[in-house]
Amino acid sequence: MQIVALMVLLGVLFALMAFLTQGKLLEAQSFQAIAFQMPLLGLLTLAQMGPMLSGGIDLSIIATANLVSIVMALSMTQFFPALQAPFAILLGLGLSLLLGILKGFFIALVSVPAIIATLGLMIFIRGLALVITRGYVIAGFPPDFLFIGNGTVVGIPVPFLVFAIFASLMYLLLSRTQFGLELYLFGSNPVATLFSGVNNRKVVFRTYLLSSFLAGIASCVMASRFNAAQADYGESYLLLTVLACVLGGVSPSGGSGRVWGIVVSVVVLQVVATGFNLLGFSSHLASALWGMILLGVVLFNRLFLA
Amino acid sequence: MKIPWKIQRQTEWYLLFVIIVLSAFLTVVNPKFFTLENIFDFLRNNSFLGIVALGELVVLISGGIDVSFTAIATVAQYLMGLVISTTMVNNVLLAFLIPIPIGIALGAVNGVLVYYTRVHPVIITISTLNFYYGVLMFLTKGTWIYKFPPAFREFAKLKVVTFMGAQGVPFGFSFFTLLWIILGFFTFVVLRYLTIGRKIYAVGGNLEAARRAGFNIFRVQLFVYSYIGLLAGIAGFVHAQLNQMIQPNAIVGRELDVIAATILGGASIFGGSGTVWGAFLGVLLIAIIKNGLILMKASAYWHEVIMGSIIVLAASISAYQRKLQIRREKGRFAEEQIF
Amino acid sequence: MESAVNQPVSEKEPFLLLRQVSKRFGGVRALDKVDFEIIRGEVHCLVGENGSGKSTLVKIVTGVVAPEGGAEMVIDGKPYSSLRPFEAYRLGIHVVHQDLSLFPNLSVAENIASHFYLEPRSFVDWKKIRKRGMEVMEKLGITLHPDTEVRKLSVADQQLVAICRAIASDARLIILDEPTSSLTWKEVNRLFAFLRELKSKGIAVLFISHRLDEVLEIGDRVTVIRDGKKVGTFVAQGLTRDELSFLMTGKKLAFTREVMLQENRPEILRVERLSRTNQYHEVSFTLRRGEVLGLIGPRGSGRTEIALSLFGLNPPDEGAIFVDGKRFRARSVQEAIQYGIGYVPENRLLQGLVLDQSVENNLVITVFEQLKRRGLFVPPREKHAFAEETVLAFGIKVADIEAPVRSLSGGNQQKVVLAKWILTEPKILILDTPTHGVDVGAKESIYQSIIELVGKDLSIILISDEEQEVRLVCDRILVMKGGKIVKEFSPGTMTEDDLRQSIRE
Repeated sequence: MQIVALMVLLGVLFALMAFLTQGKLLEAQSFQAIAFQMPLLGLLTLAQMGPMLSGGIDLSIIATANLVSIVMALSMTQFFPALQAPFAILLGLGLSLLLGILKGFFIALVSVPAIIATLGLMIFIRGLALVITRGYVIAGFPPDFLFIGNGTVVGIPVPFLVFAIFASLMYLLLSRTQFGLELYLFGSNPVATLFSGVNNRKVVFRTYLLSSFLAGIASCVMASRFNAAQADYGESYLLLTVLACVLGGVSPSGGSGRVWGIVVSVVVLQVVATGFNLLGFSSHLASALWGMILLGVVLFNRLFLA
Repeated sequence: MKIPWKIQRQTEWYLLFVIIVLSAFLTVVNPKFFTLENIFDFLRNNSFLGIVALGELVVLISGGIDVSFTAIATVAQYLMGLVISTTMVNNVLLAFLIPIPIGIALGAVNGVLVYYTRVHPVIITISTLNFYYGVLMFLTKGTWIYKFPPAFREFAKLKVVTFMGAQGVPFGFSFFTLLWIILGFFTFVVLRYLTIGRKIYAVGGNLEAARRAGFNIFRVQLFVYSYIGLLAGIAGFVHAQLNQMIQPNAIVGRELDVIAATILGGASIFGGSGTVWGAFLGVLLIAIIKNGLILMKASAYWHEVIMGSIIVLAASISAYQRKLQIRREKGRFAEEQIF
Repeated sequence: MESAVNQPVSEKEPFLLLRQVSKRFGGVRALDKVDFEIIRGEVHCLVGENGSGKSTLVKIVTGVVAPEGGAEMVIDGKPYSSLRPFEAYRLGIHVVHQDLSLFPNLSVAENIASHFYLEPRSFVDWKKIRKRGMEVMEKLGITLHPDTEVRKLSVADQQLVAICRAIASDARLIILDEPTSSLTWKEVNRLFAFLRELKSKGIAVLFISHRLDEVLEIGDRVTVIRDGKKVGTFVAQGLTRDELSFLMTGKKLAFTREVMLQENRPEILRVERLSRTNQYHEVSFTLRRGEVLGLIGPRGSGRTEIALSLFGLNPPDEGAIFVDGKRFRARSVQEAIQYGIGYVPENRLLQGLVLDQSVENNLVITVFEQLKRRGLFVPPREKHAFAEETVLAFGIKVADIEAPVRSLSGGNQQKVVLAKWILTEPKILILDTPTHGVDVGAKESIYQSIIELVGKDLSIILISDEEQEVRLVCDRILVMKGGKIVKEFSPGTMTEDDLRQSIRE
């Protein structure tokens, strides 16, 4: 049902955008742009998905991605340039896991509500990034790192491949592993899972660990695409990830939503975003429209689906 | 008969204690901290924060949360700025009255959306934050306003009491601090002596029970979000006064300071509890920490790290206390269920 | 407004009179031409099995649903064809819900006088609120401090506050929905004394309970409903529990247990001087293989708390638990499962099932570990096949096992909960009031499956508050009171009355 609605929406929006941009959206370049730009939003949305499935939210994914980018950037440009991209990526992903442990600690073990914990950690993590960079941009990465965000393999953009891989892995994780199944059950009714022998704390802990890790992956794509790292890149993505999740059928109260829904909704949003770009909308107008679209989706769900 | 004051609100006393200790420490580090001049200055500069925190307090008590008030304050002050800088009407009262209906209207939109969609108010207000702010930035292209009529400029210097500083520079108790205190008192009266205030506590304490008791939930939610809108409007005026300049991007981004201050002050994010006195102390604590960092010449970049740590710490303490309370009342098995 | 408390008691004139009330929900006849009356100053009990139409009747009386045409309602001498909730409220018909619907963060006085906030007044008159709170409590002989936050009170005290609140807003008929389900015996007695006080003030009480002893003790009259029809209204005095039970169900419980346990069975569980502050104290008992051990006692006696401790959700402060001779530390549910302990919780809808998720996932939730034995993944096909098998084996009636559990009938939901625990191959299964709110037929089938399970050498701890139940099913019965085990019985050595006596004394 939801997928049908979503596909129809995609078709309508695509036609609308094609019309408004006088066909520019249909040019090969636009498709190329979508394929290069969508993965970043897609990966960040995947990072948001787990927490939302658990009935929580992670407001710190963008901050996490930025801090990871900065550490990778420093590793490549200042501290370990000899070790190049692979080491930097390992370092960055390691850091993302560390941040995940931090989030998991407060949310799963101390039982701080996710909204507040990730709010505080968002400020904290962004603060660390500011302390490290003093607000400056770190730019200029080696070519093999830039390949992640800008290269192609047999004509397919590499970031698109990265997204495809992690979306598939996420699909497998959610539908075929104990963790994934428990996450859905937990999101629906944490009391019942507790009484069924599910280790609730472990599920929540892993959810935020996974979320941070995916934010780390997104960070590789982001830093590579921008060829730069900074403390406050991409902050508008936060709203977009929540929007993409809600649009893709993830209930804000937890327990339902599938990966394919996320994938389609990310495509929808990217088509719209690319359309906005082609129409020459400013980022502020875009963000106003995103806010309105999210409200529209929420209202629509309330009025027609509930 | 005595009014049943709740004197046993421990959070406030802890907070007061922390504030005293911190102040003592800062005074030792830099004796300038504990001078009347610094204190007055500091209260004046934080009146914006203090006023919106009162609104956030009311929303939190009702069981909601609002992150869009910064955008509301910005829109309200910007529209005010546009009007007075184009017409150059030399009347501060008029300027003061402009942002109020704007704030109330934008807040009311939040209230309606929160009630009808029944989606977590964080999601709703993040959306409206983006919407209000995005539209404003798009239409104004971020242009600053700094051409104000003389009365508007003079008013900022208004003091309730004036003293002469050591170097012959006058200082005093700012009108805006007084406004903050008046609004605090007003909020206290609303929460304690108005029926709507008690309904706000009731809704935050047990929504279903409030519904069954026949309370109009819509009216309560509309009221709280309009109320923070109203205060955001007033705060927008205060902010413009203090800075004598309106930059559309000056306020947005400070949501979390306010939420942190209110939660530190003992308001529960689960709704149902919180006091004006606590919100006041919470703002004071946040402000002292910031002021202290400046006095200690710590880099501005550390501010966020410290703010973030404080929020997480405060929320952890409150989560831990809640845990202990549940454990005491219902045993450990219930405590496990509070995700 | 003058308080109803002061109004004289007028005998025989009904406060509420219903005639020929019917209600249909979809294709189901929830109520069929029911006549019903409540006299001022009486405690009228309403009994019936789940789904008999009790709650529909209450909803009609409180104006939540409208009866079908042809019904006649007379309240306080005036006829009504239908009621709206606020009209019912104005007429003084108030419900005290099971969850009490109090404001935990407000004071006792404010909760009691919260109806003041419905008046079109902007300002709060604290003096009046406090005075009203004190006044009502005084009149009914309650000594709570008016300024205490309600969250700090015990459940029993909260209940009194909830009733006071109804009285304060001039209730003339108070409907109590299962008011005793979370009270200790002592608290129940206090509540009853309180209800008698209300009676003497001319206030009518409609008391809904599945505890027949209590119904017979407090009720003046009892109305029995079965399958949407009124069986009759009876004077409580002279009625026996068995008669009432028969009126409710129309059936006699035909269950008897034939094979009893032999004495020489090996011990599977030993609990030694187990204590937990404020819950239970120095509890010791043993359980043998294939035994059904009854744990009977009112709420708050520590029975559920002990069970949760054995299940790893409520770690004891002192004492030791041994399962099959091995020390069990009871730190987590996972550990309990490893030791072969399962627990079918009391609140099946909240604690037992994830209602919005599929039957399949609800069944396999306890055995993910086993299903993924061959690697990281839980293979969907095997999971599906496994769940299908389980559904067959337990006779769960379900069209599509991927449908949410919510879509199943109550009895089938119950089977899902039981099945998911049997799948863990437990040695010990704790059943917490498994027949609560279940009709006689379902009761018998639950007893039957208990007997089958112990036949397979499983040991069962049956928590119950029905004397008849433990006597019929158990090999041995422990009576709990005030956090202690006060008596141990073998079923042969006592009558139901003995047992009841020992619980209450």
